[in-house]
Amino acid sequence: MRIPLLIIGGSFGNKACRAPQLSDSESVRHMRFGDVAEKRFNLNAMPAFAAGFLALLVLLCVALAPQMALAQDGVNGASEAMSVGQADARAANVADDSIPAAQAAEGQTVEPAAGAEAYKPLGPEWIKGQPESGKTSFQKQYSDIGEYGLWMHNAVLLPVITAITLLVLGLILWVIARYNRRRSPVASKSSHNTLIEIIWTILPVLILFVIAIPSITLLVRQYESPPKDALTVKVTGYQWYWGYSYPDNGGFEVISNMLDDEEAVKRGLPPKLAVDNRLVVPAGEPIRIQTTGADVIHSFAVPSLWFKLDAVPGRLNERQLTIKEPGIYYGQCSELCGVRHGYMPIAIEALPRPQFDAWVRAQGGTVGGEASDAKPAAADLQEPESSVEGAPGAGAPPTQLDSPAADAEV
Amino acid sequence: MATTADTFQAHTEEHHHDADHKPAFFARWFMSTNHKDIGTLYLIFAIFAGIVGGGISGIMRFELKEPGIQYLGWWVEFMGGEAGFDQALHLWNVLITAHGLIMVFFMVMPAMIGGFANWFVPLMIGAPDMAFPRMNNVSFWLTFAGFISLMMSAFVPGGTGMGAGIGWTAYAPLSTSGSPGPAVDFAIFALHLAGAGSILGAINFITTIFNMRAPGMTLHKMPLFVWSVLVTAFLLLLALPVLAAAITMLLTDRNFGTTFFDPMGGGDPLLYQHLFWFFGHPEVYIMVLPGFGMISQIIATFSRKPVFGYLGMAYAMVAIGVVGFVVWAHHMYTVGLSVNVKMYFTAATMVIAVPTGIKIFSWIATMWGGSISFKSPMVWALGFIFLFTVGGVTGVVLANGGVDDNLHDTYYVVAHFHYVLSLGAVTALFAGFYYWFPKMSGRMHSEFLAHLHFWVFFVGVNLIFFPMHFLGMDGMPRRIPDYTPAFEFWNSIATHGYEIMALSMLIFFANIIYSFVAGKKAPANYWGEGATTLEWTLSSPPPYHQFETLPIIDDGEEVHRHGNASPSQA
Repeated sequence: MRIPLLIIGGSFGNKACRAPQLSDSESVRHMRFGDVAEKRFNLNAMPAFAAGFLALLVLLCVALAPQMALAQDGVNGASEAMSVGQADARAANVADDSIPAAQAAEGQTVEPAAGAEAYKPLGPEWIKGQPESGKTSFQKQYSDIGEYGLWMHNAVLLPVITAITLLVLGLILWVIARYNRRRSPVASKSSHNTLIEIIWTILPVLILFVIAIPSITLLVRQYESPPKDALTVKVTGYQWYWGYSYPDNGGFEVISNMLDDEEAVKRGLPPKLAVDNRLVVPAGEPIRIQTTGADVIHSFAVPSLWFKLDAVPGRLNERQLTIKEPGIYYGQCSELCGVRHGYMPIAIEALPRPQFDAWVRAQGGTVGGEASDAKPAAADLQEPESSVEGAPGAGAPPTQLDSPAADAEV
Repeated sequence: MATTADTFQAHTEEHHHDADHKPAFFARWFMSTNHKDIGTLYLIFAIFAGIVGGGISGIMRFELKEPGIQYLGWWVEFMGGEAGFDQALHLWNVLITAHGLIMVFFMVMPAMIGGFANWFVPLMIGAPDMAFPRMNNVSFWLTFAGFISLMMSAFVPGGTGMGAGIGWTAYAPLSTSGSPGPAVDFAIFALHLAGAGSILGAINFITTIFNMRAPGMTLHKMPLFVWSVLVTAFLLLLALPVLAAAITMLLTDRNFGTTFFDPMGGGDPLLYQHLFWFFGHPEVYIMVLPGFGMISQIIATFSRKPVFGYLGMAYAMVAIGVVGFVVWAHHMYTVGLSVNVKMYFTAATMVIAVPTGIKIFSWIATMWGGSISFKSPMVWALGFIFLFTVGGVTGVVLANGGVDDNLHDTYYVVAHFHYVLSLGAVTALFAGFYYWFPKMSGRMHSEFLAHLHFWVFFVGVNLIFFPMHFLGMDGMPRRIPDYTPAFEFWNSIATHGYEIMALSMLIFFANIIYSFVAGKKAPANYWGEGATTLEWTLSSPPPYHQFETLPIIDDGEEVHRHGNASPSQA
């Protein structure tokens, strides 16, 4: 009993520290927090539980912090094995998930093809952001925001809410065991205790403060503006497909429909998530995602990038997104948008810059604000200003409607 | 008109003769002005609506058991529609819409406010009836008409198929330009009717509680259930007109060429969301606050102790009600709010955790040092405290605008609000039902079946909803009828959970039948020493007209001890 009480004293200073002594009937008169006339209330045990709760909280934080640090490091390391194959036999991407994992780990040099001329869509071995069967946690994150959000959930929120739930459960079980009619035939008459009420008001406030700090930080980071020369992708939600247009690259628009199950399985891609044309973006650099809705509200969401932004008719929402490494990241429309709401998945294909430029040219677009042949494929970065200024204006952009493979399911 | 007047006349006549003389069947149940009869009507109605809404969730759970569309086409044909693929998908949207609207407006609200509050607020404050008995009747029949209108909407065209497939939130423009046909108009009209009924009910409760308390019962001596209904009534009174305005604008946008929510005419789809959630967030407290009140009564009764921190409990509910009005945009974190707005709503939302925490801890402190008997209402109340805590803490997670960018509109949210409503509010409803059912019916239920009901229900609902947290974190969006195979594992477990939950409902109905067929006659105070509020001073069931001589509350000792048992505190 003594030790937890000391912890309370340590965290709340002298006044609270005196509380246990005051439960002795002599010193009740001097109680500073108010009326403790109902001294039959067992004052000793409740702060003990509160203290135990605090200790539990600290322990959980300590226990989880190193894990989180590891997880963050591991993103760049080679230790991460993509567990795509766990998904489901029907997903049929069971192929050899160890090989692509190794490739992915070695970085951007191996694949996709260094010869940037011929663009080839990434194969299923490049799938990184997708749900896994039986998983009990968030998807692995591939953006800084995502890593911070994941850290915040796993290291701050989850321990706190687990501790609170266990505390309440523990108190309930204790009360059931100790104060049932057999063991406690006569009820006490206590009906209030100012000190304990102040504690259970102040303590949650403090916990909320602890939560608020990373929460506000995360918000601020999510709202950082992309750099001026960042690539802009305008995402338009239609009933029931996505349109991705590239105003910096000639303004062409790619239409993205869901593949039917058969075709998806044939290509080794997850059904209901695979699409005919992916949203292709460069990896490793900030891009500017703008969303709008053409008919009703849709929502552009990719769980493994911690990204969700509604596509609202009449509005242009903008958010920065940096995908850390090349790969395929799946998401789904996340706002009820009518009949086929469940059938408008999102697939992002992040490529190294040269491959991305090659893809843009393959779509008939321009790179760096010039004609398509103006820049060599080796150029890593666009000219800062020109890409923005060179974006075509109101003129109807050439719309790219090619769907190389099957149509969407009907 | 004449009939109503006659009935009324008949009532006044009866007062002189016999407090327990009841009017004939039709006059009693269709033109009722007796708060207990109207409460009974509300409860029967809520149980019926609950069967419909729960049945719909069964269709949805079985459809979600595995990837692909299995049953929806069959249901389209069953309902007389043309079964194409898109019609089946449309039916899905109709089902999620109907499930939400029915459970919110026609199950939880009628049961909590129309049912239990109607029955027990007058009894607990020592009043003969509600302040406006005929308005009380209107409230019920408006709610009933709303339900009929909602049912009718399922059988008229709503775009791709029959029915309104807009979600219970009815976001524009999906609910305006996105849904041609009269189905959505019927659904909106259903909300108008139910909303009007609730507003009238709220006025009735506020007037009753302020004006008809027995002599000596000050506001600070009212039982906490009455406090909870008072706060809820104010929330209804302030929130529902905003909903009425929003859906009226939907109606005119749909039918009369206005463009409140259409950017083409200078409107804004987000305006609708702001209006809706200004109503919608208080609405969740409307659904759960009376549950808080019931749990407080039950815990005090079975611990044989007054509620711990009575004033703190009462004002925590007031605080929840007030703060509940300024947190609405946490339902809209992803619509493109500015960073400052998002920070404000993050902070404000987390503040609600404080009064909620006070309530949870006060319930535990009430039991602390008590002499607890684990009768069925108490077991349900203990289940409520735990389940509501689980739902509450995931609410703290979702309150963070930055984290919500991942979780918004996923199954994590579904899990969260079902933990506070389906496992919170509904558990409180069952606790209240077992607490008061013998008082209302005069027959004891089977304690064994009630305990069995609890445990089967507890296992079932947790199996349904806990895995949904995992689905949400793994990225499964809400409101989809079909999914990628990776989501199958947890979905199939949830569906098995539904089967168990449905079994528990059979036990519930068996218990009701048992009590009417073979239940023992209930004495006036069947819970014994701890039950101290005024309804326990009356017979079970109470006389048709009670408290014709008003009870006098001297100092709370005899009639109820939830007030200030110690004279030292003002």
